[in-house]
Amino acid sequence: MTAPGPSGAPVAPLPLRRTALSRLVGGLAGVDRLALAGAVLLGLIVLAALLAPWIAPYPDDGGSATHPLEALLPPSGAHWFGTDQVGRDVLSRVLYGARTSLVIAVAVLALSGIVGVVLGVVAGYAGGWERDVIMRVTDVFLAFPALLLSLALAVVLQPSVTTVIVAIAVTWWPWYARLTASVAASVSTRGFVDSACCLGVPAPLIVFRHVLPNSLTPVLVQLSLDGGGVILTAAALSYLGLGAHEPTAEWGLMVQQGQSLFTTDWWVVTFPGLAILVTAFAFNVLGEGLRARLAR
Amino acid sequence: MSGTMIRIRDLAVRMGDRVIASVPELDVVAGECVAIVGESGSGKTTTLLATLGLIEGADISGNIAIDGVDVLSAPLAELRRIRGSRVALVMQSPQAALNPTMRLGTLMRRALARHGVKGAEARSRAADAVTAVLLEPAILRRYPHQVSGGQAQRFAIALAIALGAEVVLADEPTSALDVTVQAEVVAVLRRLRDERGLAVLLVSHDLALVSTIADRVVVMKDGAVVESGPAADVFARPGDAYTRELIAAVPQLPDRLAAEPAEDKK
Repeated sequence: MTAPGPSGAPVAPLPLRRTALSRLVGGLAGVDRLALAGAVLLGLIVLAALLAPWIAPYPDDGGSATHPLEALLPPSGAHWFGTDQVGRDVLSRVLYGARTSLVIAVAVLALSGIVGVVLGVVAGYAGGWERDVIMRVTDVFLAFPALLLSLALAVVLQPSVTTVIVAIAVTWWPWYARLTASVAASVSTRGFVDSACCLGVPAPLIVFRHVLPNSLTPVLVQLSLDGGGVILTAAALSYLGLGAHEPTAEWGLMVQQGQSLFTTDWWVVTFPGLAILVTAFAFNVLGEGLRARLAR
Repeated sequence: MSGTMIRIRDLAVRMGDRVIASVPELDVVAGECVAIVGESGSGKTTTLLATLGLIEGADISGNIAIDGVDVLSAPLAELRRIRGSRVALVMQSPQAALNPTMRLGTLMRRALARHGVKGAEARSRAADAVTAVLLEPAILRRYPHQVSGGQAQRFAIALAIALGAEVVLADEPTSALDVTVQAEVVAVLRRLRDERGLAVLLVSHDLALVSTIADRVVVMKDGAVVESGPAADVFARPGDAYTRELIAAVPQLPDRLAAEPAEDKK
């Protein structure tokens, strides 16, 4: 096991001790680095969201507290990210905002994922008229520009976090239905599906026990890729005043409230904006990494 | 341990206005292996799938009975009952026939539970069946990708045994395996036929394989039966030109090697 060095002379291999640490690092190197980076970043964001009440320097500022005397202070030792129009600590609000954004992201992905995957797997396995019905309904939803449909829904419903979740999920599930249907259709032609049928397994059980678990991989990749998109969309809806409203800490809302101050008090809008950027980035990197790893 | 396990009469499978398989008469009794041979597209697999009631989008007429149950007219629940517990299918590609996300043991347990066998009874049946096909019981803890093709194929047969199937339909069960492994699978099938009185309907284009196991042979061409009879007779005195051609196409070392193979595939 000697490799030629730069000069062409053989170089003795480094004596590597296989410690637990080096095995861990080696094992991690086997994992896609991109996926790992995304997962770590996302893990930190989730941790920040979970621990917001404890790590936020001014926990009350995540809610309705106001401190008019401390309004619009620039970043300092006391307020790392500065304060907003009513004197709340921006760092605290960014941390609490992570909760809102992640709840929205998880709820939307879960809702649309479940609906899309169930419809898709049924359509893919059944084929025939069942597939046609499900896919045409899906097409109708896909025919609307997603943000426009979300906007319309958010206008009709009362602005709230729940509204945002419903409005986005309604435009999101058709993609999963589409994806799952195409994968499930090809999985359904595989031997073990016929084989299950030959063992007397009824169709619903074949669909959920044999077709579904073997169709999930691309959907999982898509779900993780879409986390960023959901957060951006949620921020957009809140920015337009159709989602979360005061005093809920929500990044999109914070950006909207701070944008008029950008030239004078840049920190009010910059930090929540950065939070959106970083979270969306983390989801995308994780998704890309997973895709690279699972793609065949 | 006797009786007609598969009984086919006047079977005709039509796709559009074309008859893709027609079998006037075919019986398989317990303890017997009947082989359907013929080139690709001759209708042999179609006949097999029709026997299981698994053909979609084709028009099937005639009569197919498995252990007395009329496959073409039985209600779905009845079909599901006999599928597995009476008749089992062994597929061409063994690994594709096993759900990759399930351990073999889980798969077998679920299949048994589906037919009402649970708990200790299921465990002992699984162990018996696995042993009957000359596999280690430890294989039940493996996933399909962790076993070889021959092991997977024998497991598929074990599944049939565990469920108590008396009829095994085998669709080219060895064509995806290499020669030594083929011999194992055939040996297992032959043993089960002799010891347990299993009825085997084998579909294959491999005459060398067929000659080692089949009691009777049905030769099909272009969807029709051209010849049938006891295996020894058909191989010794082929009555049909096509059968002679098939037999001539079996590679025989070494003098056949140089000659232009009379293969008539596609």
